[in-house]
Amino acid sequence: MNRSPLLFLGIFGALAFSFTGMVLVNQVGYGALTPFKDDTEGKAYPLQVPGLAARGKLVYQDLGCATCHTQQVRRDGYGTDVARKWGDQPGGSVARDYIREGRVLLGSVRIGPDLRNVGVRLTDATALLLHLYDPALVVPGSTMPPSRFLFEQRKIIGEASPKALKLPAGVAPGYEIVPTARAENLVAYLLSLKDTYTSYPESNYIYAPPAPEKGAEAKPAAAKDTVKPAAAPSPATPAAPAKEAAK
Amino acid sequence: MASAPSSAAKPSPAASSAPADRAESAAIDASVKAPVLLLLGAAILWLLAGSALALIASIKLHTPGFLADCELLTYGRVQPAANNALAYGWGLNAGLAVGLWLLARLARATLRHGGLILVAIVFLNLGVILGVGGILVGDSTALDLLEMPRYATPLIFAAYAIIGAWAVITLRTGRSPHTFISQWYVLAALFWFPWLYSVAQVLLVFSPVRGTVQSLVDVWFAHNLLALWFTPLGLAGIYYFLPKVLGRPLALYHLAPLGFWSLAIFSGWVGAAGLLASPVPAWVQSAGVAASLMTLVPVLIIALNHHLTLVGRFSILKTSLVLRFIVFGAICFTLTSLQNAASALGAWAEITQFTYYGLAHAQGVQYAFFSMVMFGAIYFLLPRLLLTDWSFGKLMAVHFWASALGIALYLFALTVGGFKQGQELNVLPVGADGKPGLPVPFLDIVSHTLPWLQAGTCALILLTVGHVAFAINFVSTLLQSICPTARAAAAAGPVLLRTPPAMEVAAR
Repeated sequence: MNRSPLLFLGIFGALAFSFTGMVLVNQVGYGALTPFKDDTEGKAYPLQVPGLAARGKLVYQDLGCATCHTQQVRRDGYGTDVARKWGDQPGGSVARDYIREGRVLLGSVRIGPDLRNVGVRLTDATALLLHLYDPALVVPGSTMPPSRFLFEQRKIIGEASPKALKLPAGVAPGYEIVPTARAENLVAYLLSLKDTYTSYPESNYIYAPPAPEKGAEAKPAAAKDTVKPAAAPSPATPAAPAKEAAK
Repeated sequence: MASAPSSAAKPSPAASSAPADRAESAAIDASVKAPVLLLLGAAILWLLAGSALALIASIKLHTPGFLADCELLTYGRVQPAANNALAYGWGLNAGLAVGLWLLARLARATLRHGGLILVAIVFLNLGVILGVGGILVGDSTALDLLEMPRYATPLIFAAYAIIGAWAVITLRTGRSPHTFISQWYVLAALFWFPWLYSVAQVLLVFSPVRGTVQSLVDVWFAHNLLALWFTPLGLAGIYYFLPKVLGRPLALYHLAPLGFWSLAIFSGWVGAAGLLASPVPAWVQSAGVAASLMTLVPVLIIALNHHLTLVGRFSILKTSLVLRFIVFGAICFTLTSLQNAASALGAWAEITQFTYYGLAHAQGVQYAFFSMVMFGAIYFLLPRLLLTDWSFGKLMAVHFWASALGIALYLFALTVGGFKQGQELNVLPVGADGKPGLPVPFLDIVSHTLPWLQAGTCALILLTVGHVAFAINFVSTLLQSICPTARAAAAAGPVLLRTPPAMEVAAR
């Protein structure tokens, strides 16, 4: 036991190695990434999230939506994200897309589709509410759990609410089903999910497969980026570096 | 090299059957009896609660209408609740129970002032109740394996710190001149967990870092909870019980320290391989892949240690249930580690990303390896603590077969199902002209995975049956040791497993 300080030091050092490398170095490297001010548009991207959507994000967390839905688009040529139109940036999501978010929910399982740009694909709040009430009504065959608890069935007193859901099967006469504030916040959040800005400076460093109309213009990468691609590139892209999120 | 475990002098825990040693062991067992029993009781309650929650979640995956109107049990809440109940409720309690007992036995140290530990254990479990309850009522943080809300986690951390510190103090007061590799693993796990947990809590919940650095912290934590908490404790158990039950020293024991250090150094980085093509720096992703491959070194060494020790003694598996659990865990450690290394490789990683395949790996580590070793350890140590045999030998067999078949079916269903899911989800089918065609529609993928998910539910039912058998046996054995009449009855006709001579040597 007299050598136990050495043992302890070793145990300490082993975890310090990955802690330094994975956490500290990256925190120093791009933990202070700032929004990008686009002078031509006069706006700083990514845009601030509206208040209603910010509250909706809490509902998203509370209901555990991230258990089944990711919020990240992988670059074109890796996976099928771009082919599925889950995002239109050929480089996929970049680190700067997330800097306004208090909690980043990249997710690790896709039991349901990616939601990073769901606000681009779906724009109809009414349909989204119906989807939350019973997904099978909007997408037959969906295994998403219905969230009827986000809605309230109540007696119609006086005039019917304009927000009342129009269910195909109808509602008991004299009653209506209206979304609660949580449901509306959640929908506001989902509609706010879109990374439409693609002109960040780091876009130059992001590998993008050569677009057919531009020919071979796509630059391989920044010269300093000597790191090998993290994943095997697709056959069409033999030596292209993976996206470099840090400057 | 820091104090290489001195096995040459004392080959393994398998030695020592002199009366003085037995008396000492009995004194050690008596000193840790109360905390270990409390930890085990809590662990088993959490195991039952976790199995029930996991079963509900699994049914919901293929039958979304099941209990759909109960907000508390919506899939997004019940699945993390199950994970947390099993990881923190069952995992922490069982791991601490076995770790504490192992440390005391190996260091030949009696636990002093155990009262404080009892209080800490109560608070630890209050923290987990608060945390799992918090997830169910909707206070989840939505971070992988860190879902428990911020009002629960400081309690867990503080209680854990007290228990861990006590264990280390116990180790220091021990009289054993030797350090055995199991002690290294337990000590390391005890130390790593609070570091991982506090860093993750501070950098993600209390004072969140910006952007996707959060994701790096989360995978660093979530992977290392498996690799640097569950894994070392499971390995400590295998390194101890395998030679003990077999009554022979470990094969290639001189390599064990190399296995320990390489595991400690490389597995910390493996989590980054889960973020391939995610918006985090490419070099971290590459480092994660490299580390995944490097973990083959410790896996190979540990596998040699374990499996070569076993070679030629397979017949003992017929008679010793403890050994069956331990060997099952050892085999699963090798298999899941190989699976993990393989899944970091190029095309394989691309196919399996975001599928059930990853969930299968987590369960492989947490259940097929860690939990099975813990079951074996508990079957071994409880009779020694209570000085009475297990009440029902049959239930032990039921538990083993239900757990072994259940987890095998579960891993098979989710690994194969997940791989097939990934081929449709992550790979573009080749069209008639040889170019990549359109992706498989998402709903088709959903419908194709349903049979695998149904198989997963069947597997969880089997596991739950095993856990209920385990719990009944535990409670009955506990009552039997407390109640004198039952003890007398047991003495008249104890339900004994056929104990081989080798186990006799090892006893107490």
